[in-house]
Amino acid sequence: MPDVMEKVAIKLTVNGKPHSLTVEPRMLLVELIREALDLTGTHVGCDTTYCGACTVLLNGAAVKSCTVFAVQADGSQIMTVEGLEKDGQLHPIQKAFGDAYGLQCGYCTPGLMLSTAQLLSQNQQPSEKEMRKAIAGNTCRCTGYQNILKAIQMASQRMKGA
Amino acid sequence: MYPRAFHYHRAGSLQEASEMLSEFGDEAKLLAGGQSLIPLMKLRYANPNHLVDLNFISGTSYIKEENGTLQFGALTRHAEIEHSTVAGKIPIIHDCAAGIADVQVRNRGTIGGSLAEADPSGDWATVLMTLETEVRCQTSKDDRWLRLADFIKDAYTTVLAHDELVSEVVVKIPPQGSGGAYLAFKRSAPVYPTASAAVQLTMDGEVCNDVAIAMGCVGLTAIKAKDAEKALRGQRVTQKTMTTAVEAARAVAEPQSDMRGSADYKRTLVGSLVKRAIDIAVRRARGERIEAGHIYA
Repeated sequence: MPDVMEKVAIKLTVNGKPHSLTVEPRMLLVELIREALDLTGTHVGCDTTYCGACTVLLNGAAVKSCTVFAVQADGSQIMTVEGLEKDGQLHPIQKAFGDAYGLQCGYCTPGLMLSTAQLLSQNQQPSEKEMRKAIAGNTCRCTGYQNILKAIQMASQRMKGA
Repeated sequence: MYPRAFHYHRAGSLQEASEMLSEFGDEAKLLAGGQSLIPLMKLRYANPNHLVDLNFISGTSYIKEENGTLQFGALTRHAEIEHSTVAGKIPIIHDCAAGIADVQVRNRGTIGGSLAEADPSGDWATVLMTLETEVRCQTSKDDRWLRLADFIKDAYTTVLAHDELVSEVVVKIPPQGSGGAYLAFKRSAPVYPTASAAVQLTMDGEVCNDVAIAMGCVGLTAIKAKDAEKALRGQRVTQKTMTTAVEAARAVAEPQSDMRGSADYKRTLVGSLVKRAIDIAVRRARGERIEAGHIYA
């Protein structure tokens, strides 16, 4: 094991805001987001690449931020749940999760909303099957998926109209 | 969980990555998509002293059609293959790419990384064993092509030398009248399959001219079911020949009991998957459009 861990200087943009940081190579992206940037909306659930609570968008693609090293995000654009809201207005996805009762405890919700964001950026009118596939990497242990699917559908309809 | 501390090196080219591997020897690991390696490092099953990151090398992610083959850059992510119309020319490749783990893992994981990892439960090796697949292996000095069957030696073991890496995967496009299907059964999206079956065949009317059958998760590597292939090759595909093929496939499966199921269960399961994959492959060869891929709750 190295005695001295050379830190690495990285630059990345999180929710539109540029950051320059020096990080230990073993720091995970989720830890950078939560601990270094204090954006605690991104959750650590299983920490084993299963549950998807830590999902963020890396250059527009949903990733499990517990399974990406922070150094790998150098030069990238990250969006976390805090980046969905604009000028104090909830994003249509956030609004729909509330209106459709798509959450109970809310632990998995940030990850689910970012998986939804990737889906709707690529497919404005997803079928139920496509919605199910898009959130297959996000585990919810209390709401059940019915209202989550309703929320995604509601968001897609509202965003199409916008 | 935190991985053990390590030195991080960002390779600017595959050549440089190979040079780093020869410099650091056995203490180095390559980081491609990281969807297997990072979890292993977090559990401290893998503790590389040096990590060589391939993700910043340009020109290593592509899907090209050339001279009757599909060429995949080693760092091509599963999601890029899933959404590629070029890769869609071989439906069994789409079956595989579109169902590996979940969206998030497919956005990161790479075809080259999956083959080099040689996980017995990995999807790519099983699928690509049914096609004519060659793996390009490079060092800073050498460049060689290996048939996939000669590339994977054992569970988690390939023939790669310590300073050698996969740079490209090339698959021959099957002839007209071919059909293939990949079926993998898993308990939920993010996990590895319990068992999987890949079938690629060429039909001439009712007769099966050629066929390749491979099974995943039921042995130390993907298993080619050669007797099952023999039972179908040159034969009409009927219930009888299909049953013979399925029995022959089950006979060479070597599943182990684990948390995903008992050995008996997996042997039964893989037989059913082979049967269904043959059926879908035959119908696809006739031009039917049928969905296939990963099956999960």
